[in-house]
Amino acid sequence: MRFALTSDQAALREAVRDLLRAECPPAAVRAGWPGEPEADPARVRSIWSQLTEMGVVGAAVPEEAGGLGLDACAIVGMLEEAGRAALPLPIVETAFVAAPLLAETSGHGDSVERLLGGDLLVGAALDGSGLVPYATVADLLLVGDARPGAAQPGEPEDGERRAGDGGRPRRDGGEGFGVVLLDPGEATAVAAVDGARAPGRVDLAGGDGTPLDVDAAALGRAWERGVLGSAAQLVGLSRTLLAMAVDYVQERRQFGVAIGTFQAVKHHLANALLALEFAAPAVLRAAWSLDEGSPHAGRDVAMAKALASDAAEQVAATALQVHGAIAYTVEYDLHLFAKRVWAGSRAWGDADWQRARIAAALGLTREGALR
Amino acid sequence: MDLTYTEEEEAFRAQARAWLAENVPHGLASGDTAEGFAQHLEWERKLYEARWAVVSWPQEYGGRDASIWEWLIFEEEYYRAGAPMRVTQNGIFLLAPTIFEFGTRAQQDRILPRMAAGLDLWCQGWSEPGAGSDLAATKARAVRDEERGGWRLTGQKTWTTRGAFCTHMFGLFRTDPESERHRGLTYFMVPLDTPGVTVRGFGRLDGDEGFAEVFLEDAFVPDDAVLGGVDRGWSVAMATTGSERGLTLRSPGRFLSAAERLVELARERGVAGDTLARDRVVRAWIDAEAYQLFTLQQVTEIAAGAATGARSSLNKLFWSELDVRLHRTALDLLGPEAELDGPWSRGFLFALAGPIYAGTNEIQRNIVAERVLGLPRK
Repeated sequence: MRFALTSDQAALREAVRDLLRAECPPAAVRAGWPGEPEADPARVRSIWSQLTEMGVVGAAVPEEAGGLGLDACAIVGMLEEAGRAALPLPIVETAFVAAPLLAETSGHGDSVERLLGGDLLVGAALDGSGLVPYATVADLLLVGDARPGAAQPGEPEDGERRAGDGGRPRRDGGEGFGVVLLDPGEATAVAAVDGARAPGRVDLAGGDGTPLDVDAAALGRAWERGVLGSAAQLVGLSRTLLAMAVDYVQERRQFGVAIGTFQAVKHHLANALLALEFAAPAVLRAAWSLDEGSPHAGRDVAMAKALASDAAEQVAATALQVHGAIAYTVEYDLHLFAKRVWAGSRAWGDADWQRARIAAALGLTREGALR
Repeated sequence: MDLTYTEEEEAFRAQARAWLAENVPHGLASGDTAEGFAQHLEWERKLYEARWAVVSWPQEYGGRDASIWEWLIFEEEYYRAGAPMRVTQNGIFLLAPTIFEFGTRAQQDRILPRMAAGLDLWCQGWSEPGAGSDLAATKARAVRDEERGGWRLTGQKTWTTRGAFCTHMFGLFRTDPESERHRGLTYFMVPLDTPGVTVRGFGRLDGDEGFAEVFLEDAFVPDDAVLGGVDRGWSVAMATTGSERGLTLRSPGRFLSAAERLVELARERGVAGDTLARDRVVRAWIDAEAYQLFTLQQVTEIAAGAATGARSSLNKLFWSELDVRLHRTALDLLGPEAELDGPWSRGFLFALAGPIYAGTNEIQRNIVAERVLGLPRK
């Protein structure tokens, strides 16, 4: 028993942290808001190039396909660092969801090569919503419904479309509503609270796209990686938000003393830390379960995301509150992290949805039902 | 990262499980009543005879030299088997780690084997009428008796759990009359049959005589009743409070087992159509799992030589509040039947004490803010 990253995994994580600390300060996050005066796509892509050189982008791609072949335990550490810096790019979607999925699907060698070269950002929405984060900056979109229980090609009994399944009919006329690759040009840009996520909406009801010829199990793994990666990012975002709050309450003086001396403020921050410290280990455990192919992997991933979503929401609310009005501005950097939390806590299944999955796993639901 | 146990550890688990399945008694009266305490003591002696009472201790003191991982495994199996509360816990989990750290060899040899065997039963004398959360306000004093080579203790301790049934008490006394606050305190170990000591038991919220107040009037104890040096009591006591808040008092096993029982109750009651109730059950289950994972991470750090320190306050906050939420959820599932005396209502009343004892959760939050997050005291 050893509940910790290996020294190699920790070193890799440190390297990503150092790189992002130098290259992705809040000013670089602002550069990642397309359409804003400070937007600087070249600066953001240069961070991506450096992450690519470090191997982060191909970390989850098997070695024989040109990647590092790292397991999820190693990768969640790096994704947490991406969260800590609020990296304004689809790193979970590209490196953790699409890269291994494309690498295990025949016929996508070119895309994998471009991805490994740092030239392919992938926006992904596998929740059936058709609302794709980073669609307007991505080079390729991966859309459909890969949630557990969603109908997939090759599962004729599930071929009939159900309300709420935002799947997409297969282009080849086959049954089911699989996952397809789309050109980003098919997405319509929509304004969002977190400008860096630059989402686009795609019409899932019909149209073009390249069906991905993979089995439901591969799609299921892709879904779990998206959920887990997003949980890891939320933990990283929370760490920054809490650190900002802890620093600020020691500087800010009211009534002649630092506001961090007040018990009301202390207790808010202690509660925020508590939520964070009990969410973080769940992320690492879920990564291990995925790596081991544990029968409880889905449940463990759901638990990680439920805890990370709730913790991040709590930390973000606390950080905003203890800062007071200064954080309720766009000049101050806190909003860059908080807005990512508000989107990320709900993306890939919010805490309620994840708990419903766990309820099903614990035998507390009617058979087969997720809600 | 490796979340598996070794073959030896799994063998240890199997051995513990088999023995517990054969031997765990059921239907004991509450350990916080005279009758129940005696029944629990019988169980403690059985544990000791089979060398399961203090698995992590050295063999010479009645243990098995078990690693901290094996200790966790034993705890899991213990609560999974539905085994009784440990009426010896204040001795074996709180005082003993302090004796291992600060005691002389002679003290260890004298005290630990009798504690393991359930011959000496220890209670904790921290709180006083004027010193609860503010432990440094301790007024009970010890006056030097050069002639007899010891100390005379005077003062009053209170909220002493199972004090009326125990034979010994450990606690803080002020040895330097000029001192204030944390200075000048000394950690004493006092036999409760010492002349000048009076113990009065009284009822807790659940009606059991689980509390006591202990009055000391010129009660003489010899020099070897001092643990860790005269006037050094605060730092010695802090070692105990670390154990109390952290892992040793509340291992994840008991919450995992309570969460399993809650899920079982929810299945029996049928919550499939009640998404609100279902969600609360799942939250409680997640909490127990999260405490387990936090602990595994913490034990990995301890096994690598790190000290837990103020982070034990995170444990205390989390387990005490999860315990209340979990039991409240169970009572809501029971509905009108929740008011009846039973395992869930008793568990609920017990859980309510968690955010108060071992340092109230308000104090714990101050500790987390000041000593983990680094916020200024003043």
